[in-house]
Amino acid sequence: MHMKLDSKIPSGPLKDKWDKHRFEMKLVNPANKRKYHVIVVGSGLAGASAAASMSELGYNVSCFAYQDSPRRAHSIAAQGGINAAKNYRNDGDSIHRLFYDTVKGGDFRAREANVYRLAQVSNSIIDQCVAQGVPFGREYGGLLANRSFGGAQVSRTFYARGQTGQQLLLGAYQALEKEIARGGVTMYNRHEMLDLVVVNGVARGIVTRDMVTGAVEAHVADAVVLGTGGYGNVFYLSTNAKGCNVTATYRAYKKGAAFANPCYTQIHPTCIPVAGEHQSKLTLMSESLRNDGRVWVPRRKEDCDKKPSEIAEEDRDYYLERKYPSYGNLSPRDISSRAAKEACDEGRGVGPGGRGVYLDFSDAIGRLGAKEIGERYGNLFEMYQRITDEDPYQVPMRIYPAVHYTMGGLWVDYNLETTIPGLHCIGEANFSDHGANRLGASALMQGLADGYFVLPYTIGHYLASNTFEKVTTDHPEFQAALESVKTRTATLLGVKGTRTVDSFHKELGKILWEKCGMARNADGLKQALQEIPVLRDEFWKNVTVPGSGDSFNQSLEKAGRVADFMEFAELMVTDALHREESCGGHFREEHQEAGEAKRNDEQFAYVAAWEYAGDGKAPVLNREPLEFESVHLATRSYK
Amino acid sequence: MGSVFAPNLWDMLKFWNSSVGKKVVMGVTGLVLVGFVIGHMAGNLQIFMGQVRYNAYAKLLQEDIIEVTWAVRIALLVSVILHVLSAWQLTQRAWAARPVDYSIREAQVSTYASRTMRWGGVFLFVFLVVHLGQFTLGWKWLLPEFIRGAAYGNVVLAFERPLWVAFYLLAMFFLLLHLVHGTWAVLRTLGVAKNAAEPLARRIPWIIALVVTVGFSLVPLGVALGVVR
Amino acid sequence: MSGTMKITLKVWRQADPTAPGAFEEYVAPDVSPDMSFLEMLDVVNERLIEGGKDPIAFDHDCREGICGMCGLMINGAAHGPSKLTTTCQLHMRSFKDGDHITIEPWRAKAFPVIRDLVVDRTPLDRIIQAGGFISVATGSPQDANALPIGKPDADESMDAAACIGCGACVAACPNASSSLFTAAKISHLGLLPQGQPERYRRALKMVAQMDLEGFGGCTLFGECMAACPKGISIDFIKRMHGDYLWAAVTEKPEKVTLGSG
Repeated sequence: MHMKLDSKIPSGPLKDKWDKHRFEMKLVNPANKRKYHVIVVGSGLAGASAAASMSELGYNVSCFAYQDSPRRAHSIAAQGGINAAKNYRNDGDSIHRLFYDTVKGGDFRAREANVYRLAQVSNSIIDQCVAQGVPFGREYGGLLANRSFGGAQVSRTFYARGQTGQQLLLGAYQALEKEIARGGVTMYNRHEMLDLVVVNGVARGIVTRDMVTGAVEAHVADAVVLGTGGYGNVFYLSTNAKGCNVTATYRAYKKGAAFANPCYTQIHPTCIPVAGEHQSKLTLMSESLRNDGRVWVPRRKEDCDKKPSEIAEEDRDYYLERKYPSYGNLSPRDISSRAAKEACDEGRGVGPGGRGVYLDFSDAIGRLGAKEIGERYGNLFEMYQRITDEDPYQVPMRIYPAVHYTMGGLWVDYNLETTIPGLHCIGEANFSDHGANRLGASALMQGLADGYFVLPYTIGHYLASNTFEKVTTDHPEFQAALESVKTRTATLLGVKGTRTVDSFHKELGKILWEKCGMARNADGLKQALQEIPVLRDEFWKNVTVPGSGDSFNQSLEKAGRVADFMEFAELMVTDALHREESCGGHFREEHQEAGEAKRNDEQFAYVAAWEYAGDGKAPVLNREPLEFESVHLATRSYK
Repeated sequence: MGSVFAPNLWDMLKFWNSSVGKKVVMGVTGLVLVGFVIGHMAGNLQIFMGQVRYNAYAKLLQEDIIEVTWAVRIALLVSVILHVLSAWQLTQRAWAARPVDYSIREAQVSTYASRTMRWGGVFLFVFLVVHLGQFTLGWKWLLPEFIRGAAYGNVVLAFERPLWVAFYLLAMFFLLLHLVHGTWAVLRTLGVAKNAAEPLARRIPWIIALVVTVGFSLVPLGVALGVVR
Repeated sequence: MSGTMKITLKVWRQADPTAPGAFEEYVAPDVSPDMSFLEMLDVVNERLIEGGKDPIAFDHDCREGICGMCGLMINGAAHGPSKLTTTCQLHMRSFKDGDHITIEPWRAKAFPVIRDLVVDRTPLDRIIQAGGFISVATGSPQDANALPIGKPDADESMDAAACIGCGACVAACPNASSSLFTAAKISHLGLLPQGQPERYRRALKMVAQMDLEGFGGCTLFGECMAACPKGISIDFIKRMHGDYLWAAVTEKPEKVTLGSG
């Protein structure tokens, strides 16, 4: 029952594919656009930009967000910046270089054609955002400023202080609100998607729960777009917002959408270390800090308890500069994270529990002055001080890697359509552009590329190429989906056990962090595959969810999400176990050479797209081979 | 139809209906009243130049240029009415905007002056009526010995009574607070103040408020201390 | 990293928008100073759930001070005692052993309570809908560097754009006014050349919507600025007033031109 994975990559030279495809795609007559109803789930960079752009084109759009306003989506927390191949700095950047850096950064596990298109539209994103009033950082001459970011040797990152994600999201949010006011978009705040409805093999709607009244409702559409973000919260502790979850994409998976590369998770190297058991989330310190901060640990274990100022220069190990002299502190995220873990595993970590490394600004402050450093990172320094009660102008920051982004997601073709016709997936929720590791400042680029410049074209092609039978919520598939959501809610409320949802979530997170985290091995993964189902069984027997289903009930919301994480975790571990190589964020201890990740291009240069086979059955692996025509598969070296 | 600087009635109504519009009306009328109190205070100080001079000043205003005085009085009356009306309506809106109050809300930076604008304003209005009744309209129950035209004597007679001195000084205290906040806020309300590193600083407003209220207070104090007799 | 603290909480509990609501007291016996305020509430909630009781409902999401979802009135101060700090970034080291803490929801007619400490802030979205945007359709712009913007203007615009829409300005204002929120958006866009074509119309419409939602007017108490976790200056309110005033005297009514296009 293998599904057919047709990536629909247009033929022709790489640089002409998107142009050619845009010409070949069918168009919807302007007068007919309003007759099509498109559902967008999620209001982050991808969802909001897609919903606004499609409404501007004339489609009738409904947009759903679990927060109280679309402006809260977690894209807002991205700090550092957004990449574009503008080459404003005249430092040798180009579309091809951005494309190449992204493919290489992703450890050659991304689809060439998608990444090239991403680099092509990157410049339009900056133009669009400036026109919307995004207050990017500027030079005194009035032109846009840039900074460098990990994994690149050109300065191509545009930024708005340390709040780039916020400003880009507010741009998209304002465009969305403009369309809501105009009547093109109907916004559903505090609504959570709990199921996808597939009619005759085609995605035709969703089932949601109104989180205020508890009402379970069905919504019919001609196409459904998921922009529901990543699944990093499967680890419990991550830099994601507390509400981020896998439910929408996992429900789609269970309805037939292939889930690609779930084991590709990005561990961000610069986060504030865990302070104690009460920790509810981890806070990222922007990667841009590595432009001026130097990462080090004591050379000797015995020095770990000393104050950093008491450790002499020669007793410090600036391990990134030592191991990767050409990229140094700007080495890509996966490499920097693993290097920090190694240092701590060797007993040279600092701070509580020895899980931390220093990020030291004293050289930069000496060179540029505290004022200039404050200009660049002031808000990040303040945030650090608020959380840790330490002043990074005086003592080095302590940082440690944390789960940050998930490169895996629903499998999509070149049109961003999943294996379920009519179901599209954009932004972090899909798998498409970052391969096995995402470069800094590329998430914002991809979310907005999908939403502003790719999906609005491809959705038209889908709508114009198909005819749609009239469907209402009375259709048996809708009724069945409504019923199953209600039953599931009732079941969760009916267990009435003794353990809280969070306690299960924390335990699941620990299993994954230890066995499917920064470094993985077959034994650990097999153990995890034993432990997860046991925990899941206990969850369904012993969870306690107070309150009722027909009112505002945050415990119930969490319970539904954790129940899906419990199942999804198994898929993720299964994928990690099957991928017998190290690539990007997926590091298998068995596959390394001199401490560096060792890829296996012979056997694993493919996208692993998992297909749901039924409850209790092993998921089916489908492979989309990755063909590289324009880049040479090389060992990724940042030395 | 609203061509430049010639808004029609509908636009004016819309303006008056908006919270910003009412605040602007309150600010502009407040400015008129600030101008008045400065002039009034300066005029009053002539009492220290003797009875002849002071009564001549009163005669000037009440007889010689009575038309001008009336024009000013009408402008002031309109200003007071609009000032009080807009304040009243904005207060109603503010109260309606928080039907359930907090059990505690700690003021962080707001000044005592800003928080007493409303009740202090009510007191100032009462004071205004009393003051006019006493010295302009000559209500006998407020000042039985009132003699029309004998401005100097009326003042001395009133402030020989300590209770009146206390009442006037209390009023000047509220005027001080009202002016500190009002003269600071008005430039911001009209959108003409400059950006400031500390937008809550109120140096010049304090100077204006102190000059006006100390100037006014000198008159009852002068009588009470026997400097004016 | 000192020992734990005993904290007594007085929390507003309200089952739904129409229920009366009342304070209830909870004791948190072992609060670590390194906890965030919300983590302290998490611990209290875990214990409530284990005891079969409904946990305290409060809004939160990113827990890193940027999404604007959290917001509690803590001992009479919006977002609590630390300046420039959202509730989620407030840490328990700001309190001491034995402290009593009163927690209330944002209170305003425009922000009805949904449950306990959760309020409905959609009026802020509607203020944005009234004009808090630049009308530019996707795909139409010129090159980003074709429009130089002086750094001081760009910086001031960014100062205003930093607003996270948490509603603390409304919560802290004695008048429950949303002037700072509205002014921040009017200023963010009005300071940029891209925002000029709609600048005055935007001011008119956003102020009108703010009034329509039932927020109070501005008395320039300054409480909003003190409560604002992003330190947005009341100078922007002055700017909004200036724009509104100019708009009121100069803005031409919208003409409906038939037969065009």
